[in-house]
Amino acid sequence: MKTVILALAMVAVATFSAAATEYTIVIDKMKFGPPPATLHPGDTIVWQNNDILRHSATARDKSFDFDIPAKASATMTVGMAGTVSFYCKFHPGMTGTLVVSP
Amino acid sequence: MIRNIVIAALLALGMGGIAVAADAPTDPQIAHIAYTAGQIDIAAAEQAIKKSKNADIVAFAKQMEEDHKAVNDQALALVKKLGVTPEDNPTSQALSKAAADKLAVLDKLDGPAFDKAYIDNEVAYHQTVNGALSGTLIPAAQNAELKALLQQGLALFTEHQKHAEMVAVKFK
Repeated sequence: MKTVILALAMVAVATFSAAATEYTIVIDKMKFGPPPATLHPGDTIVWQNNDILRHSATARDKSFDFDIPAKASATMTVGMAGTVSFYCKFHPGMTGTLVVSP
Repeated sequence: MIRNIVIAALLALGMGGIAVAADAPTDPQIAHIAYTAGQIDIAAAEQAIKKSKNADIVAFAKQMEEDHKAVNDQALALVKKLGVTPEDNPTSQALSKAAADKLAVLDKLDGPAFDKAYIDNEVAYHQTVNGALSGTLIPAAQNAELKALLQQGLALFTEHQKHAEMVAVKFK
């Protein structure tokens, strides 16, 4: 019986830790805001563009590419674990990095 | 202060030696200078889009055109909201004159010579405008909304300068 409870508890913990979290990365004055400190596959990122110009969130490894109109946002689901550098394809001076833990 | 902008602008555009004396610019003058600076880069971009056959140059020029139009639209909306009439002034006039001369020089160039001259001027021009924005126009602006728009402009121009430098490296 103890084993069953333990197994259930482990499933519960696993389910809890796998719950997706939503994060927002704000784009303001030609800069990406800080990325979330902890990210896991399945989490959601809302790219919120506060500028009066069109931006993009584009992965260097081409795993994502979102056009984000002025004063609008785009939502993406985080993919596999790993480190992904991203930039704005319209303003290549704007860069950032996402670190996704398993 | 305004004299420094004029001198810096003229030097950047290869026209040293002319100076116009004036006091710190007023908000209507600042609005005019900022708008003029944007229009100058739009005109330069239009010329590059027409003349260049280089994909990097054309893409960069199209971005300049799009961004500066967006900022100038905001500037027009703001002056309308504030009931401010932009006021022509020696700095705007000197900028326009120097830019017209630069357009004429660039017009005589073609191919890689044009591409290099255009992108080198974009680096220098954005650098000059950034200096004017941070050193003179933003500190002198009295209206908070105008100041905020200028700060957005500075962030944009700073990125544009970086972008221009990235493109310019390909033309060394």
